[in-house]
Amino acid sequence: MQNFIEINNVSKTYGNYKALNNISIRVPRQSIYGLLGPNGAGKTTLIRMLNQITAPDEGEIIFNGEKLNRSHITQIGYLPEERGLYRSMKVGEQAIYLAQLKGVSQKDAEKRLKAWFNKFGILNWWDKKVEELSKGMQQKIQFIVTVIHNPPLLIFDEPFSGFDPINVNLLKKEILELRDKGATIIFSTHNMSSVEELCDNIMLINKGQKVLEGSVYQIKQDNKDNSFEIVLRNSKPFDLPENFSLISEKTDSNGEITLNIKAENDINPNILINYLSEKGTIISYRELLPSMNDIFINKVNSL
Amino acid sequence: MNNLSIILKREYLTRVKKRSFLIITFLGPLFFAALILAPSLLMLKSESIETKKTIAVLDETNWFNGRFENTDINTFIYTDINENIDSLKKFIIEGIYDAVLYVPATELNVPTNAKLYSNKQIPMSLSSYIKSAMKQEVEHRKLLAHGIDPKVVKSVDTSINIATIRMDEEEGEKTIYTELESIIGMLLAFVIYLVIFLFSNQVLRGVIEEKSNRIVEVIISSVKPFELMMGKILGIALVGLTQFVLWIVLTIGIYFLANGIILGPEIMSPTGTIMTEEISQIVETSQGQDIMLEVVNMIESINFKAILTSFLFYFVFGFLLYAALFAAVGGMVDSETDSNQFVTTLSMPLMVAIVCSTGIMNNPDSGLGIWLSMIPFTSPVSMMIRIPFGVPYWQIAVSLLILVITFIFTTWIAAKIYRTGILMYGKKPSWKEIWKWLRY
Repeated sequence: MQNFIEINNVSKTYGNYKALNNISIRVPRQSIYGLLGPNGAGKTTLIRMLNQITAPDEGEIIFNGEKLNRSHITQIGYLPEERGLYRSMKVGEQAIYLAQLKGVSQKDAEKRLKAWFNKFGILNWWDKKVEELSKGMQQKIQFIVTVIHNPPLLIFDEPFSGFDPINVNLLKKEILELRDKGATIIFSTHNMSSVEELCDNIMLINKGQKVLEGSVYQIKQDNKDNSFEIVLRNSKPFDLPENFSLISEKTDSNGEITLNIKAENDINPNILINYLSEKGTIISYRELLPSMNDIFINKVNSL
Repeated sequence: MNNLSIILKREYLTRVKKRSFLIITFLGPLFFAALILAPSLLMLKSESIETKKTIAVLDETNWFNGRFENTDINTFIYTDINENIDSLKKFIIEGIYDAVLYVPATELNVPTNAKLYSNKQIPMSLSSYIKSAMKQEVEHRKLLAHGIDPKVVKSVDTSINIATIRMDEEEGEKTIYTELESIIGMLLAFVIYLVIFLFSNQVLRGVIEEKSNRIVEVIISSVKPFELMMGKILGIALVGLTQFVLWIVLTIGIYFLANGIILGPEIMSPTGTIMTEEISQIVETSQGQDIMLEVVNMIESINFKAILTSFLFYFVFGFLLYAALFAAVGGMVDSETDSNQFVTTLSMPLMVAIVCSTGIMNNPDSGLGIWLSMIPFTSPVSMMIRIPFGVPYWQIAVSLLILVITFIFTTWIAAKIYRTGILMYGKKPSWKEIWKWLRY
């Protein structure tokens, strides 16, 4: 089984409101999958379906080769967008409780939790009440209880919202580590830089409809506008070859010229490099790919 | 362990370990015991502080000379008829007399008025004794004036006792003591109303807490919303039962302990609690043994086992019914303030049952009583009023059956509202929207 999750033609309607319209996605095993989309696009509805909090009106969800059912609940770790803890309960007690609900025995839960607490250097919080902890501290605990039962599928809904930068880094590191250990990870986010950093594949969803899907690399390739940035030193004046147009030119105090050049479709940029190498010394060359943020805004606005 | 029992365990333990639970559990019995002991304590106290009194009698009619009996406490001194009442009043202030009884001369020659002067509160027993002694004397003289021998009148004076006996197929004949049954019925009804309301409110608060803590989605990604709801309701029901058992055990313990220490063993009656006051009164009126026996009968006529069993049953299912409704309300709203409107509407039937309780008490087998004890939203309260009077078993069975069926149906509905509501934030739903949730 190549795909860990397959969602086939899923639709969901609330009253007259179509939250999801015929959505299909494939999440490859041991990869990180990003669900992108503006607020109200249907990301949370999709995630709640995977968690069996709501059921699709139509379509089916395949979990690791089987039709999704209650037995899969303990194989999913879920960090919801709206997350919290019992304020007046002790940290350790609470973490054990939440782990037990995911099917971990009390003894195992305690052992594993102590290991995680130790790893994060928070073992001395064990007997503190949650209300005594800062928000950042609570986030660490929420993360731990999400992964405590070693689930093969992890779902994070807006994991970086509300996290401080230190915890965001910690979370990114842990997410990558969990992927490398074999977990499949789905997360929804607005945070585009984290998408580029983490995701293998993404889907862009808007108003319940799939807008875009694929690997981050492929999407960037598909949406690039064939522009390049070239820095030249000691160049003589020159004209650009056919099929290339200059978008901008900038000379700095050291006499280095930064060129922003757009190519016509299907033209091999090597022509440009060969040509320019005779006009001066090429210091750097790179293809200008659109950021996920640009693609996101472009796609959503053009709908 | 399955999910339901894990949730139940948490709901139970977090509440039982709370300081407020411990305080209420231990203060409650002290309060009850005090309530029960207070009458006996007061009696004991009033007897011991009743001081000796000397009462001067100025009887201008000269009808009552020597007619008041001296006792250990009260001494009557008959003054000269020509004595001035004002000078006697001065003796009160000087402390020679505690009170002065002044019977003024009357023109019609039948003294029906008297004045009792004192600078302290006159005990009720003294004034009522004087009144009855005077009445007896005047009646005696009137009879003589009509040529009737008072002895004849006395001999025809008969006291009639009517014992109300209900024929009961299962238990044979049974004497009814309406007052005691009314008290027990009202007490039970009120207690059941209070506990259903208080513990259902705890369910409401628990649900709102989970929602406002934003932990609810974490939990229902592991368990079904129904399991979370039922775990909470059952956990709190167990808290309630624990509290009851502790209250009953502790109250009995404290009562006997306190009774033994304060009152001494001789006053303790085998029948216990409420009767202490009555027994003492009865002993005082010196009609002795008969009534003593009747009190024992009274207590024995109450079927405590049946009452307690039905109380537990009606508490559990009445609570479950209301708790499910309150859980649904908790799911719908974001804060307790928002819940008020719904809670008021939902607890209306309980209020109706309480308002109608006096009517039911006066006539337990009336149409009102039977109907209210069948309708599941009022039956826990209304049936508890009727049960001490004796209710046919088929009625209890039908009432409980209706209650259980309604509870199952309500829970099913409540779970649907709860399931949708707990994930909705930021707006108070209208009744129309709630109707829509039911069909998701």
